[in-house]
Amino acid sequence: MAELVQQLINGVSVGAMYALIAIGYTLVYGVLRFINFAHSDVFMAGAYAGLHVGQRMGGGSWAGGLVAMLAAMAACAGLGIVIERLAYKPLRERSKLTVLITAIGVSMLLQNLGQLVFGATPVAFPETLPATTFTAGGVVVSSKDMVVVGFTVALLGALEFVVLRTKVGTAMRAVAHNHQAAALMGIPTNRIISVTFGLGSALAAAAGFLWAYKFPRVDPYLGVMPGLTAFVAAVLGGIGNITGAALGGLLLGVIETLVKGSRWSTWTEAVTFVLLILVLLFRPAGLLGRAQAEKV
Amino acid sequence: MKIPELFPLLFGAPWRWLRLVGAVATAAWVVVGCGPTGGATGDTIPVGEFASLTGSEAAFGRSSHNGTVLAIDEINAAGGVLGKKLVLVTEDNQSKEGESQTAVKKLISRDKVVAVLGEVASGRSIEAAQTCQKYRVPQVSPSSTNPKVTEQGDCIFRVCFIDPFQGTVMAKFAAGTLKARKVGLLVDVGAPYSVGLATFFKEGFVAGGGTIVAEQKFTKDDKDFKAQLTAIKAAGPDAIFVPAYYGQVTLIVMQARELGITVPFIGGDGWEAPELLKGPGAKEALEGCYFSTHFSPDQATPKSRDFVAKYAARHGAKPDAMAALGYDSAQLLADAMRRAGSADPAKVRDALAATRDFDGVTGRMTLDASRNARKSAVILAIQKGEFVYKETVNP
Amino acid sequence: MKDAGARRWWVAAMAVAALLGWLEPRLDIYLADVLARVGINVVLAVSLNLINGHAGQFSLGHAGFMGVGAYAAAAITVLAGPHVLPTSCPDWLHQGWFLLALAGGGAAAALAGLLVGAPSLRLKGDYLAIVTLGFGQIIGVIVRNMEPLGGALGLSGIPPRTNLFWVLAAAATTVYGVTTLVNSTHGRGFIATHDDEVAAEAMGLDTTRYKIVAFVTGAFFAGVAGGLWGHFKLTISPKEFDFNRSIEIVVMVIVGGMGRTAGVMAAATVLTLLPEGLRLVAGLSPSLKWVGESRPLLYALMLIALMLLRPQGLFAWSRARPRPA
Repeated sequence: MAELVQQLINGVSVGAMYALIAIGYTLVYGVLRFINFAHSDVFMAGAYAGLHVGQRMGGGSWAGGLVAMLAAMAACAGLGIVIERLAYKPLRERSKLTVLITAIGVSMLLQNLGQLVFGATPVAFPETLPATTFTAGGVVVSSKDMVVVGFTVALLGALEFVVLRTKVGTAMRAVAHNHQAAALMGIPTNRIISVTFGLGSALAAAAGFLWAYKFPRVDPYLGVMPGLTAFVAAVLGGIGNITGAALGGLLLGVIETLVKGSRWSTWTEAVTFVLLILVLLFRPAGLLGRAQAEKV
Repeated sequence: MKIPELFPLLFGAPWRWLRLVGAVATAAWVVVGCGPTGGATGDTIPVGEFASLTGSEAAFGRSSHNGTVLAIDEINAAGGVLGKKLVLVTEDNQSKEGESQTAVKKLISRDKVVAVLGEVASGRSIEAAQTCQKYRVPQVSPSSTNPKVTEQGDCIFRVCFIDPFQGTVMAKFAAGTLKARKVGLLVDVGAPYSVGLATFFKEGFVAGGGTIVAEQKFTKDDKDFKAQLTAIKAAGPDAIFVPAYYGQVTLIVMQARELGITVPFIGGDGWEAPELLKGPGAKEALEGCYFSTHFSPDQATPKSRDFVAKYAARHGAKPDAMAALGYDSAQLLADAMRRAGSADPAKVRDALAATRDFDGVTGRMTLDASRNARKSAVILAIQKGEFVYKETVNP
Repeated sequence: MKDAGARRWWVAAMAVAALLGWLEPRLDIYLADVLARVGINVVLAVSLNLINGHAGQFSLGHAGFMGVGAYAAAAITVLAGPHVLPTSCPDWLHQGWFLLALAGGGAAAALAGLLVGAPSLRLKGDYLAIVTLGFGQIIGVIVRNMEPLGGALGLSGIPPRTNLFWVLAAAATTVYGVTTLVNSTHGRGFIATHDDEVAAEAMGLDTTRYKIVAFVTGAFFAGVAGGLWGHFKLTISPKEFDFNRSIEIVVMVIVGGMGRTAGVMAAATVLTLLPEGLRLVAGLSPSLKWVGESRPLLYALMLIALMLLRPQGLFAWSRARPRPA
């Protein structure tokens, strides 16, 4: 029993991270209707940015850790906006596939640049936030897990607020709903798309920072696996739907952990995808997709 | 109808400049691609190397490559081999499966290399070995420990010990020195290295009367091991064997300590890198763990101490096991050429096969009938944040 | 008659294949290796083009079909071969057995295509893409768990049966097969499905059938390519048929121009030669050595530049899609 509870805790903790990455995918998808493959590499860039700022902050204090995380988010928001301006904006009216291939190109570019700039060897991530463990009845909870879940919930809440309660958020929803109509209503669509990209990339950076904090080894291919899983999570939840992405991430985290801890651990990836296919067969737009028109 | 569309492609379409560039590039490719170059005819001897310099396993490939480069430079600085300088031609396979044969064919046919060095990953070494064997160019793998590598034929050699030896060494150590009865395994199923080592450890440990109480799997890109560790913890092992590479080992052991697992972790040569103990909490987590490897800094010969210093001076970092083996692979090849008194691939092959007591930085080695290095393994302990010599195991 | 024209082209290509097959022992081994890779990539790209370009579906799992074919064909020659044909048999019998293995690999992949094509009845666009991607990953996991197929280390000891003749013959046959299919009633169905599925349905077309046919046929040829690849490389491992490989093939199709067989053939050729060309450039002088290690970076830059400058595809000059009346 203790083992099962422990596994659920492990699952929620990693699932929260998937959720955070998945939200970034879904945010961009909602507005631009294309899969931003480079998202997982912005995530990697966020981890490296956090590493370099964190090293200068001195270790283990809340203030230092928060500064490092915010710096990483700001840097990656900038990176995201630059990528959008240079690589995606010129293709706005082109087919989705063209943009997809460009995104794949950007993803490869970031990975290889990462290798060139930061080197191929995994680097240790400095202690940015304090860490301890709590034990109760054979079940161990690390403060890292609590921090990760806490930040995810907070960021999710902040995002919901921005999207639903602010002017920018309303504009984002309008652009997501209909580009042309939004433009005709006087919404600066290009700027809104930039903001969306910045926001999505900042979330990726936050996730990258937390990922590196939880798993303190950083390398240029860091984003590939969590990125793919989070992407699956976004589709599972109904791509374009923020709550769906969070739900999908959490669900995948827990299921993955349960399978990994069982005798069938070698089949983990297959289980994930079979689950996805089954869900899509019965709900072709994902768990929460299209049910409510809360697309962003 | 699509096929006649080839006509505009060739004869009449816009973007003429593109066609021109394409035609010139193709022609240049054929000319450059077919033109014979290289060969051990001039005052240089070409040596080929294929390595994962980019892509997901570049960290290992670069380490090994750095060691090889250092060796070649040293050999040349000391006057080369047979009065000629060695020229290292390196081809990158991007850590991709299916690329190495093309790279090796290029080395053999265009650069006319005398021998091929490479690589770290056993799977890709096997790919290349099939080509090297076919064209009878000797290949020396620095650090592919899977037995199947040298089974590809009599032209394939290696300077490292093989998984059956290393697995048995650690099995005996676990049962003997650690007095472990129950061992848990955590294996990277995507890596032939990990699977092979685990298999031989298991055989050795079970034959010695121990039991494997839990066997959990992960894959290369995993960072979260708590699921597997929780399951292993529930089985209550005395020790946990993790045949993996240093990047993941630190994460595994740190997560285990978080979960309250206090038993020692043991592993193989993939652990050996300065990065293993870097970062907050790494040293504390790994305290009291053991791994087998090729040489120990404490027991070091003047030769290996010299290597560590030179490597640090050249590459600005401490060498890991892969760098040391990359260095030895090139040194052994040069030694074989000197003994053969020739840079002819067939003679170099025979000299390699006859290697006895070659003194490398990773220890003294003799190549056996299966062209594997017979050399002793050392077991290192992690104590007070340092690698400390524990014992030597002879084959 | 268009089909007669296609047949003539096919015969001519087979003659070239025979010639090159005869020349192969005299060719530089590196050149022969690269030519074989070009041929196999043409088969892959042209067959994916049937699914992604002509029929307008979006598959990110083509390497998965290739993997199924590679393992099925290798199983036929490595595991079953020795029981059926002793090594003492004449060479032509072994060649015949290899042809059978290729067909078997293709058939296994076609079966997989049927399985993957089925969800496409319900799923569209990105959702279909992710399902095909998942299929490719699942294949990798299955192979890794199959000990007789070599697991993670891969299957080695595959007999060297692939030569330039087989590769080019397969490429010619794929192009011929896909072209003929696209020009048949089916082809019009593909195009209608691609252009406007709802309208096609309204016209009484069975779009479901066209999609399935595209998936099955495309997968068949990918399976054949896999069989050729395995008997060319002699070692196959699950990692070779992963998502990245699928992406490589998708890139060939998009660079060539979706739905343009000739363009896709050209793109497959150029994109296979390009990295090798950079390898040779790097070898020209020590000052160019960085090129060799920057190949992935240059590839990524080229891809982005290409999409920005020629988004319709590098080799797509005339907008007129051949649409037989």
